[in-house]
Amino acid sequence: MIFQFDSIADFFLMDGHGIYVWASYAITLLALVFLVVSPSIQQRAFIIQQKRQQRIEKGLNQHSRPS
Amino acid sequence: MDWQWFHRLGSPRWFYEKTSRWMPWLLSVTLVLLAVGVVWGLGYAPMDSKQGNSYRIIYIHVPAAFLALAGYYVMAIAGAVGIIWQMKMSYMVMRAAAPIGAILTFLALITGALWGKPTWGTWWVWDARITSMLILLFLYLGIIALQGAYQQQQTANKACAILALVGTVNIPIIYKSVDWWFTLHQPATLKLVGESSIDPSMAYPLLVMIAGFYGLYSWLLMHWVRADILQSESKTRWVKELVAAKQSHNTGQ
Repeated sequence: MIFQFDSIADFFLMDGHGIYVWASYAITLLALVFLVVSPSIQQRAFIIQQKRQQRIEKGLNQHSRPS
Repeated sequence: MDWQWFHRLGSPRWFYEKTSRWMPWLLSVTLVLLAVGVVWGLGYAPMDSKQGNSYRIIYIHVPAAFLALAGYYVMAIAGAVGIIWQMKMSYMVMRAAAPIGAILTFLALITGALWGKPTWGTWWVWDARITSMLILLFLYLGIIALQGAYQQQQTANKACAILALVGTVNIPIIYKSVDWWFTLHQPATLKLVGESSIDPSMAYPLLVMIAGFYGLYSWLLMHWVRADILQSESKTRWVKELVAAKQSHNTGQ
């Protein structure tokens, strides 16, 4: 197996087809990043919100306890 | 027959705990496959004698289209299992499969357009393969919209499952469209039976990319289902304990 292009510049140009090829790969990368990041953000927001709620509940329990 | 695995599969907690262990392995294998496939496909596979370098788009176009179709089966089967056995895990898989499938279909269409321009001289033609793929995108989007259209999640799940099942009619049409109608789209290059019309030097990186996309799809599906599990099971003790055990960096505590 050999590298098919003479130079790096050649590799980016791909005889004029580079723009189409690289655009395809870039769009795919962006879309996949979205698919990875979106549930992570959701999960993180959920945990922060739940933690806050747990703190509030804990606080309420302590206050409502008869002294 | 031992059906215990089936019942276990229906438990969100079991799924969450198991996938926590599987996912790092799956991700590393997937990333290696994708890295090898991309470098091989972009730099080392020979140039196509007719299409030149534009054909290198095949290494994402075909895997994305493959998984867009396979993902539709996943969604429809998960919906059917949900209806038949009233399994909430199954509905979660169905819900997670919709956005992933929609994005993969979108990628197949957009990379197809980018490939079509230098090869056919046009971004878009209303031919059978491309139009039926567009319908697939609308089916995915329809399911996402339908899910949000109901107040009651139970009703939404059922409606989505039925729409997903009805939509499966489209899948064999997509597969066969290049044979049934005269179209600009080239016929299938990879065949399970018979000789493939693609040279091994180009086919091997493609197979590596398809394997990589299968891994990526499985990983993404688990990732989306897990986010859904935490939300849906937020009232259960195990999720509360899980949340309490998590270090939160954002609240500064």
